[in-house]
Amino acid sequence: MSAHSTSSPLKTYVTIWAALLVGTYVTYRVAFLDLGPFNAAVALTIATIKATLVALFFMHVKGASDKMIKVVVISAIFFLLLLLILSMADFGTRSWS
Amino acid sequence: MSDQAAAAVHEEGHNPALLHHFAEPEQQRDAASLGMWVFLATELMFFGGMFCAYLIYRLKYFGDFAAASSTLNTALGATNTGVLICSSLTVVLAVWVAQTARRTLLITSLILTLILGCAFLGIKGVEYHDKFVEHHVPGPSFSFENEPIPGHPGQFANPNHAQIYFALYFIMTGLHAVHMIIGIGIFVWLLTLAWKRRLTPEYNTPVEIGGLYWHFVDIVWIYLFPLLYLIDKHK
Repeated sequence: MSAHSTSSPLKTYVTIWAALLVGTYVTYRVAFLDLGPFNAAVALTIATIKATLVALFFMHVKGASDKMIKVVVISAIFFLLLLLILSMADFGTRSWS
Repeated sequence: MSDQAAAAVHEEGHNPALLHHFAEPEQQRDAASLGMWVFLATELMFFGGMFCAYLIYRLKYFGDFAAASSTLNTALGATNTGVLICSSLTVVLAVWVAQTARRTLLITSLILTLILGCAFLGIKGVEYHDKFVEHHVPGPSFSFENEPIPGHPGQFANPNHAQIYFALYFIMTGLHAVHMIIGIGIFVWLLTLAWKRRLTPEYNTPVEIGGLYWHFVDIVWIYLFPLLYLIDKHK
Protein backbone atom coordinates (compact mmCIF):
# COMPACT_ATOMS: atom_id res chain seq x y z
CA MET A 1 0.00 0.00 0.00
CA SER A 2 2.95 2.32 0.49
CA ALA A 3 4.18 1.86 -3.07
CA HIS A 4 3.05 5.41 -3.80
CA SER A 5 4.97 7.02 -0.95
CA THR A 6 8.68 7.41 -1.37
CA SER A 7 9.55 8.87 2.05
CA SER A 8 10.02 6.68 5.08
CA PRO A 9 6.76 6.16 7.00
CA LEU A 10 8.70 5.25 10.15
CA LYS A 11 8.30 8.72 11.65
CA THR A 12 4.52 8.62 11.11
CA TYR A 13 4.23 5.18 12.71
CA VAL A 14 6.23 6.15 15.79
CA THR A 15 4.27 9.42 16.14
CA ILE A 16 0.93 7.58 15.97
CA TRP A 17 2.18 4.98 18.44
CA ALA A 18 3.20 7.74 20.87
CA ALA A 19 -0.17 9.47 20.39
CA LEU A 20 -1.98 6.21 21.17
CA LEU A 21 0.03 5.71 24.36
CA VAL A 22 -0.64 9.32 25.41
CA GLY A 23 -4.34 8.76 24.66
CA THR A 24 -4.38 5.68 26.89
CA TYR A 25 -2.68 7.60 29.71
CA VAL A 26 -5.12 10.52 29.34
CA THR A 27 -8.15 8.15 29.37
CA TYR A 28 -6.81 6.54 32.53
CA ARG A 29 -6.18 9.83 34.33
CA VAL A 30 -9.39 11.54 33.19
CA ALA A 31 -11.41 8.61 34.57
CA PHE A 32 -10.42 9.72 38.08
CA LEU A 33 -11.58 13.32 37.56
CA ASP A 34 -15.18 14.22 38.28
CA LEU A 35 -16.60 15.53 35.03
CA GLY A 36 -20.20 15.03 36.05
CA PRO A 37 -22.13 13.29 33.27
CA PHE A 38 -19.28 13.72 30.79
CA ASN A 39 -16.87 11.02 32.02
CA ALA A 40 -18.21 8.36 29.67
CA ALA A 41 -18.44 10.83 26.77
CA VAL A 42 -14.81 11.91 27.20
CA ALA A 43 -13.64 8.28 27.48
CA LEU A 44 -15.51 7.29 24.32
CA THR A 45 -14.28 10.37 22.43
CA ILE A 46 -10.66 9.52 23.24
CA ALA A 47 -11.26 5.87 22.30
CA THR A 48 -12.76 6.97 18.98
CA ILE A 49 -9.82 9.25 18.26
CA LYS A 50 -7.44 6.36 19.01
CA ALA A 51 -9.43 3.95 16.83
CA THR A 52 -9.47 6.49 13.99
CA LEU A 53 -5.69 6.92 14.22
CA VAL A 54 -5.19 3.15 14.07
CA ALA A 55 -7.53 2.79 11.07
CA LEU A 56 -6.14 5.75 9.11
CA PHE A 57 -2.42 5.28 9.67
CA PHE A 58 -1.81 1.67 10.80
CA MET A 59 -4.48 0.08 8.61
CA HIS A 60 -3.67 2.55 5.80
CA VAL A 61 -7.22 3.68 5.14
CA LYS A 62 -5.66 7.10 4.55
CA GLY A 63 -4.00 6.92 1.17
CA ALA A 64 -5.61 3.60 0.24
CA SER A 65 -5.38 3.25 -3.52
CA ASP A 66 -8.60 1.23 -3.65
CA LYS A 67 -11.63 3.49 -3.02
CA MET A 68 -13.76 0.42 -2.35
CA ILE A 69 -11.94 0.02 0.97
CA LYS A 70 -13.19 3.44 2.09
CA VAL A 71 -16.70 2.49 0.97
CA VAL A 72 -16.55 -0.70 3.08
CA VAL A 73 -15.20 1.16 6.13
CA ILE A 74 -17.83 3.89 5.95
CA SER A 75 -20.71 1.45 5.43
CA ALA A 76 -19.49 -0.74 8.30
CA ILE A 77 -19.47 2.26 10.64
CA PHE A 78 -22.86 3.38 9.30
CA PHE A 79 -24.48 0.02 10.04
CA LEU A 80 -22.84 -0.15 13.48
CA LEU A 81 -24.27 3.28 14.32
CA LEU A 82 -27.65 2.18 12.95
CA LEU A 83 -27.57 -0.82 15.29
CA LEU A 84 -26.56 1.24 18.33
CA ILE A 85 -28.69 4.36 17.73
CA LEU A 86 -31.92 2.56 16.82
CA SER A 87 -31.55 0.17 19.77
CA MET A 88 -30.90 3.03 22.17
CA ALA A 89 -33.78 5.06 20.70
CA ASP A 90 -35.99 2.09 21.56
CA PHE A 91 -34.69 1.33 25.06
CA GLY A 92 -34.20 5.00 25.92
CA THR A 93 -37.85 5.86 25.29
CA ARG A 94 -39.52 2.91 27.02
CA SER A 95 -41.32 4.86 29.71
CA TRP A 96 -43.37 1.80 30.69
CA SER A 97 -40.43 -0.43 31.69
CA MET B 1 -6.95 -8.42 -28.51
CA SER B 2 -6.71 -12.02 -27.38
CA ASP B 3 -3.07 -12.06 -28.41
CA GLN B 4 -2.44 -9.03 -26.28
CA ALA B 5 -4.21 -10.62 -23.32
CA ALA B 6 -2.25 -13.83 -23.82
CA ALA B 7 0.97 -11.85 -24.00
CA ALA B 8 0.08 -10.01 -20.81
CA VAL B 9 -0.63 -13.29 -19.05
CA HIS B 10 2.62 -14.70 -20.33
CA GLU B 11 4.53 -11.62 -19.30
CA GLU B 12 3.20 -11.79 -15.77
CA GLY B 13 3.76 -15.54 -15.74
CA HIS B 14 7.25 -14.79 -14.39
CA ASN B 15 5.75 -13.89 -11.04
CA PRO B 16 4.81 -17.19 -9.38
CA ALA B 17 2.84 -15.33 -6.69
CA LEU B 18 0.40 -13.83 -9.22
CA LEU B 19 -2.69 -15.99 -9.60
CA HIS B 20 -3.82 -16.46 -13.18
CA HIS B 21 -7.20 -14.77 -12.73
CA PHE B 22 -5.62 -11.43 -11.78
CA ALA B 23 -4.23 -9.06 -14.39
CA GLU B 24 -1.50 -7.59 -12.23
CA PRO B 25 -0.11 -7.86 -8.67
CA GLU B 26 -1.68 -4.56 -7.68
CA GLN B 27 -5.14 -5.88 -8.52
CA GLN B 28 -4.50 -9.10 -6.62
CA ARG B 29 -3.33 -7.14 -3.59
CA ASP B 30 -6.36 -4.82 -3.68
CA ALA B 31 -8.73 -7.79 -3.95
CA ALA B 32 -7.15 -9.45 -0.91
CA SER B 33 -7.27 -6.24 1.13
CA LEU B 34 -10.87 -5.58 0.16
CA GLY B 35 -11.84 -9.12 1.14
CA MET B 36 -10.21 -8.64 4.54
CA TRP B 37 -12.02 -5.32 5.02
CA VAL B 38 -15.37 -6.91 4.22
CA PHE B 39 -14.59 -9.61 6.79
CA LEU B 40 -13.67 -6.91 9.33
CA ALA B 41 -17.01 -5.19 8.60
CA THR B 42 -18.79 -8.40 9.62
CA GLU B 43 -16.55 -8.58 12.71
CA LEU B 44 -17.54 -5.02 13.60
CA MET B 45 -21.22 -5.99 13.50
CA PHE B 46 -20.42 -9.15 15.52
CA PHE B 47 -18.77 -7.17 18.32
CA GLY B 48 -21.30 -4.36 17.81
CA GLY B 49 -24.13 -6.59 19.05
CA MET B 50 -22.27 -7.16 22.29
CA PHE B 51 -21.44 -3.49 22.70
CA CYS B 52 -25.14 -2.76 22.20
CA ALA B 53 -26.12 -5.26 24.90
CA TYR B 54 -23.51 -3.72 27.17
CA LEU B 55 -24.82 -0.20 26.53
CA ILE B 56 -28.43 -1.14 27.30
CA TYR B 57 -27.60 -2.90 30.57
CA ARG B 58 -25.13 -0.27 31.64
CA LEU B 59 -27.78 2.45 31.33
CA LYS B 60 -30.30 0.24 33.10
CA TYR B 61 -28.08 -0.91 36.00
CA PHE B 62 -25.57 1.93 36.16
CA GLY B 63 -24.65 1.74 39.86
CA ASP B 64 -24.37 -2.06 39.84
CA PHE B 65 -22.10 -1.89 36.79
CA ALA B 66 -19.92 0.74 38.49
CA ALA B 67 -19.64 -1.45 41.61
CA ALA B 68 -18.76 -4.53 39.56
CA SER B 69 -16.31 -2.59 37.38
CA SER B 70 -14.49 -1.25 40.45
CA THR B 71 -13.40 -4.81 41.34
CA LEU B 72 -11.33 -5.07 38.14
CA ASN B 73 -7.60 -4.46 38.21
CA THR B 74 -7.37 -1.13 36.34
CA ALA B 75 -3.55 -1.11 36.36
CA LEU B 76 -3.41 -4.47 34.58
CA GLY B 77 -6.07 -3.34 32.11
CA ALA B 78 -4.15 -0.14 31.32
CA THR B 79 -0.92 -2.13 30.97
CA ASN B 80 -2.62 -4.46 28.52
CA THR B 81 -3.84 -1.50 26.47
CA GLY B 82 -0.23 -0.30 26.24
CA VAL B 83 0.97 -3.81 25.32
CA LEU B 84 -1.57 -4.02 22.47
CA ILE B 85 -0.67 -0.54 21.18
CA CYS B 86 3.01 -1.53 21.13
CA SER B 87 2.10 -4.73 19.26
CA SER B 88 0.23 -2.64 16.70
CA LEU B 89 3.43 -0.67 16.14
CA THR B 90 5.48 -3.85 15.60
CA VAL B 91 2.78 -5.11 13.20
CA VAL B 92 2.79 -1.96 11.11
CA LEU B 93 6.60 -2.11 11.06
CA ALA B 94 6.40 -5.73 9.86
CA VAL B 95 4.04 -4.70 7.03
CA TRP B 96 6.43 -1.91 6.09
CA VAL B 97 9.67 -3.93 6.09
CA ALA B 98 7.98 -6.81 4.24
CA GLN B 99 7.52 -4.45 1.29
CA THR B 100 11.25 -3.74 1.15
CA ALA B 101 12.66 -7.25 1.61
CA ARG B 102 14.34 -6.67 4.95
CA ARG B 103 14.03 -10.26 6.15
CA THR B 104 15.82 -9.93 9.51
CA LEU B 105 13.77 -6.88 10.45
CA LEU B 106 10.60 -8.63 9.32
CA ILE B 107 11.32 -11.70 11.44
CA THR B 108 12.24 -9.47 14.41
CA SER B 109 8.97 -7.50 14.11
CA LEU B 110 6.91 -10.68 13.84
CA ILE B 111 8.60 -12.25 16.88
CA LEU B 112 8.12 -9.02 18.89
CA THR B 113 4.44 -9.03 17.91
CA LEU B 114 4.09 -12.64 19.09
CA ILE B 115 5.82 -11.83 22.40
CA LEU B 116 3.52 -8.84 22.98
CA GLY B 117 0.44 -10.88 22.01
CA CYS B 118 1.39 -13.62 24.47
CA ALA B 119 2.11 -11.00 27.15
CA PHE B 120 -1.40 -9.63 26.67
CA LEU B 121 -2.94 -13.07 27.07
CA GLY B 122 -0.73 -13.78 30.10
CA ILE B 123 -1.88 -10.59 31.85
CA LYS B 124 -5.47 -11.39 30.88
CA GLY B 125 -5.00 -14.85 32.40
CA VAL B 126 -3.86 -13.29 35.69
CA GLU B 127 -6.98 -11.10 35.70
CA TYR B 128 -9.25 -14.06 34.95
CA HIS B 129 -7.55 -16.02 37.74
CA ASP B 130 -8.29 -13.22 40.22
CA LYS B 131 -11.94 -13.16 39.14
CA PHE B 132 -12.23 -16.94 39.67
CA VAL B 133 -10.64 -16.64 43.12
CA GLU B 134 -13.07 -13.83 44.05
CA HIS B 135 -16.09 -15.85 42.80
CA HIS B 136 -16.91 -13.13 40.29
CA VAL B 137 -17.43 -15.61 37.45
CA PRO B 138 -21.13 -15.89 36.54
CA GLY B 139 -22.61 -19.22 37.51
CA PRO B 140 -23.62 -21.22 40.61
CA SER B 141 -20.59 -20.07 42.63
CA PHE B 142 -21.07 -16.39 41.79
CA SER B 143 -20.95 -14.17 44.84
CA PHE B 144 -21.18 -10.39 44.99
CA GLU B 145 -22.57 -9.58 48.43
CA ASN B 146 -22.26 -6.23 50.20
CA GLU B 147 -20.29 -4.53 47.44
CA PRO B 148 -20.79 -0.76 47.77
CA ILE B 149 -22.01 1.32 44.83
CA PRO B 150 -19.43 4.07 44.15
CA GLY B 151 -20.77 7.51 45.06
CA HIS B 152 -23.77 6.12 46.99
CA PRO B 153 -22.74 5.51 50.63
CA GLY B 154 -24.75 2.80 52.34
CA GLN B 155 -26.07 1.33 49.08
CA PHE B 156 -25.00 -2.07 47.87
CA ALA B 157 -24.99 -3.53 44.38
CA ASN B 158 -27.65 -6.01 43.35
CA PRO B 159 -25.70 -9.27 42.81
CA ASN B 160 -27.96 -10.30 39.93
CA HIS B 161 -27.29 -7.08 38.06
CA ALA B 162 -23.57 -7.30 38.83
CA GLN B 163 -23.65 -10.82 37.40
CA ILE B 164 -24.90 -9.38 34.09
CA TYR B 165 -21.88 -7.06 34.09
CA PHE B 166 -19.50 -9.97 34.68
CA ALA B 167 -21.23 -12.08 32.04
CA LEU B 168 -20.70 -9.25 29.52
CA TYR B 169 -17.14 -8.77 30.81
CA PHE B 170 -16.24 -12.43 30.28
CA ILE B 171 -18.02 -12.76 26.92
CA MET B 172 -16.53 -9.57 25.48
CA THR B 173 -12.98 -9.97 26.79
CA GLY B 174 -13.18 -13.74 26.17
CA LEU B 175 -14.14 -13.30 22.52
CA HIS B 176 -11.46 -10.64 22.23
CA ALA B 177 -8.95 -13.13 23.70
CA VAL B 178 -10.11 -15.78 21.19
CA HIS B 179 -9.39 -13.25 18.44
CA MET B 180 -5.96 -12.65 19.97
CA ILE B 181 -5.23 -16.40 19.97
CA ILE B 182 -6.27 -16.63 16.30
CA GLY B 183 -4.10 -13.56 15.59
CA ILE B 184 -1.12 -15.24 17.26
CA GLY B 185 -1.75 -18.30 15.06
CA ILE B 186 -1.76 -16.09 11.97
CA PHE B 187 1.49 -14.44 13.02
CA VAL B 188 3.17 -17.81 13.68
CA TRP B 189 2.19 -18.71 10.10
CA LEU B 190 3.57 -15.38 8.82
CA LEU B 191 6.79 -16.07 10.72
CA THR B 192 7.21 -19.45 8.99
CA LEU B 193 6.53 -17.78 5.61
CA ALA B 194 9.17 -15.16 6.36
CA TRP B 195 11.57 -17.83 7.60
CA LYS B 196 11.16 -19.84 4.39
CA ARG B 197 11.74 -16.66 2.35
CA ARG B 198 8.27 -16.88 0.83
CA LEU B 199 7.54 -13.18 1.43
CA THR B 200 9.02 -10.84 -1.14
CA PRO B 201 8.55 -7.16 -2.05
CA GLU B 202 6.35 -8.47 -4.90
CA TYR B 203 4.27 -10.73 -2.68
CA ASN B 204 3.66 -9.78 0.96
CA THR B 205 -0.14 -9.69 1.01
CA PRO B 206 -0.36 -12.17 3.93
CA VAL B 207 1.52 -9.74 6.19
CA GLU B 208 -0.71 -6.88 5.10
CA ILE B 209 -4.05 -8.59 5.67
CA GLY B 210 -2.79 -10.34 8.82
CA GLY B 211 -1.83 -6.87 10.02
CA LEU B 212 -5.32 -5.52 9.26
CA TYR B 213 -6.80 -8.27 11.45
CA TRP B 214 -4.40 -7.54 14.30
CA HIS B 215 -5.15 -3.79 14.21
CA PHE B 216 -8.88 -4.48 14.25
CA VAL B 217 -8.51 -6.61 17.40
CA ASP B 218 -6.51 -3.74 18.89
CA ILE B 219 -9.34 -1.29 18.09
CA VAL B 220 -11.86 -3.56 19.87
CA TRP B 221 -9.70 -3.46 22.98
CA ILE B 222 -9.34 0.34 22.72
CA TYR B 223 -13.12 0.48 23.34
CA LEU B 224 -13.31 -2.42 25.82
CA PHE B 225 -10.78 -0.86 28.18
CA PRO B 226 -12.64 2.37 29.08
CA LEU B 227 -16.08 0.72 28.91
CA LEU B 228 -15.30 -2.20 31.21
CA TYR B 229 -12.55 -0.88 33.50
CA LEU B 230 -13.18 2.83 33.94
CA ILE B 231 -16.82 3.19 35.04
CA ASP B 232 -17.27 5.88 37.70
CA LYS B 233 -13.67 5.74 38.87
CA HIS B 234 -13.87 9.29 40.21
CA LYS B 235 -16.47 8.49 42.86
